[in-house]
Amino acid sequence: MPRMLIVKAGMLATVQARPRFGWQHLGVPPGGAMDDYSFRVANLIVGNDAEEAALEVTLLGPELEFDSQVTIAVCGADLTAQTNGSEIPMMTPVDMAAGARVRFGARRSGARAYVAVRGGIDAPVVLGSRTTSLSGALPGLAGRALRAGDELQIGNRTVGNPRRVDPAMWSIGEADAAVRFIPGPDIELFGAESRDAFETGEYRISVQSNRMGYRLEGPMLKPVNAGTLLSEATPIGSIQVPPSGLPILLMADRQTTGGYPRIGTVITADLPIAAQLAPGDRLRFARATEDQAIAALGAREQMLDWLRSAS
Amino acid sequence: MKPQILRAGDSALLVRLGDAIDPVVNARALALARRIREAAWPGTAEAVVGYASVTVYFNPLMAASRELEQRINSLVSSLGNEGPPKTHTVQIGVRYGGEHGPDLEEVAAFARCTPDEVVQLHASRAYRVFMVGFVPGFPYMASVDERIAMPRRDTPRQKVPALSVGIAGRQTGIYPIESPGGWRLIGRTDQPMFDAFGPEPSLLQPGDTVHFHRMK
Repeated sequence: MPRMLIVKAGMLATVQARPRFGWQHLGVPPGGAMDDYSFRVANLIVGNDAEEAALEVTLLGPELEFDSQVTIAVCGADLTAQTNGSEIPMMTPVDMAAGARVRFGARRSGARAYVAVRGGIDAPVVLGSRTTSLSGALPGLAGRALRAGDELQIGNRTVGNPRRVDPAMWSIGEADAAVRFIPGPDIELFGAESRDAFETGEYRISVQSNRMGYRLEGPMLKPVNAGTLLSEATPIGSIQVPPSGLPILLMADRQTTGGYPRIGTVITADLPIAAQLAPGDRLRFARATEDQAIAALGAREQMLDWLRSAS
Repeated sequence: MKPQILRAGDSALLVRLGDAIDPVVNARALALARRIREAAWPGTAEAVVGYASVTVYFNPLMAASRELEQRINSLVSSLGNEGPPKTHTVQIGVRYGGEHGPDLEEVAAFARCTPDEVVQLHASRAYRVFMVGFVPGFPYMASVDERIAMPRRDTPRQKVPALSVGIAGRQTGIYPIESPGGWRLIGRTDQPMFDAFGPEPSLLQPGDTVHFHRMK
């Protein structure tokens, strides 16, 4: 079977796959691709199952080498993927010859790119998933980022043929990021002034941001009872307000529970938009209804269904 | 407090059953979570308990939240006086104080007693595991004796050593792995708390009972 060598790891490269569902009651976050839309598109383009194990690479991409011929696709952030000195077109199945190397260059857009390899990656299955957990609780490769020298075996799990898509139809909207949120569950703890500041203000992703969550800089929010509530489960996309008043947006590797008041939750369909933000980028929040959230999610999943069935 | 069902985004319903650390409320939450799992309504995924809550994760394209809400309400109404479900009791040995418990003296000062008395107060009662969260296998246990219920630190430590035993107000817990943490560290165990390949990945589950004892 083909092998992929991590020649250089870049800023953060991890194997992501179907999230590790079913263990949140024991404190294990599901994790998974931050931009689960681009991740799934990459897999479908190379003819993998949508949630097959693939690489998530961040800002400064890795250098990869394939010892045999493989087919790959790069989706999500445009980090100037290249091979043999020429650029790898985004969202396209591309054949790599034996010995081919993939490098990344300047960040043109987004923050996280997905490299899907036709056949999948044979990362170890732990608690039912090949997804990496950076919490430190899982053993071996499942519990850490990729390092220079790591060798990953490519699998033979395909479900269809590689396919081409029109990138314009499939990219996540970029820049000027506004994400929609559903108010609550603690919205009534926030007065009109805070709610207004939150919905009209502009936030910046601080450097204290990672796969667990983004600490935001911008208008401070003041809940009526500052401090903590009883700890309860915290869904992905939760917008927590700690005593500092500066919101925290919880992302894929978030803690499963928390006690800070939550002003709202980003809608599932817009999490990929948030996932493509890096420290220094700007973010605004727009209120949405549940029906709008479901419509947006439905539209997206319909596109993936179409891609799934097109062969 | 009247049970509330709130939206936590488009894919989670938060059922709040109480607003205090109360074993009776927590037992109801555990029972509710168990029944939701058993019901296995289409589109529902996990049911995760908090101190006094259950969060139900679901796929909004497969299940309508309003319908789920109704079903959950019916279940809540039908919860009887939940006796404690069959859980297990775990003994945990702790090396208190010194390098293992850098905050023990601080807690003693707070409690206006000796470090040995703090240990005695910590180790002399049974604790209920109310929930597991924060990191895999971290147990939230209560209630610590009021005298030693020192609030958490204002600024968390960057690194709490793995298997440290801590106090935060009426809660006590054990850090399964090295992580940041703001609890008052009074000791350390060598009992592993989480093993992904174990028969049960987490040593402790919500509803379990824990006794601490001093190790030499």
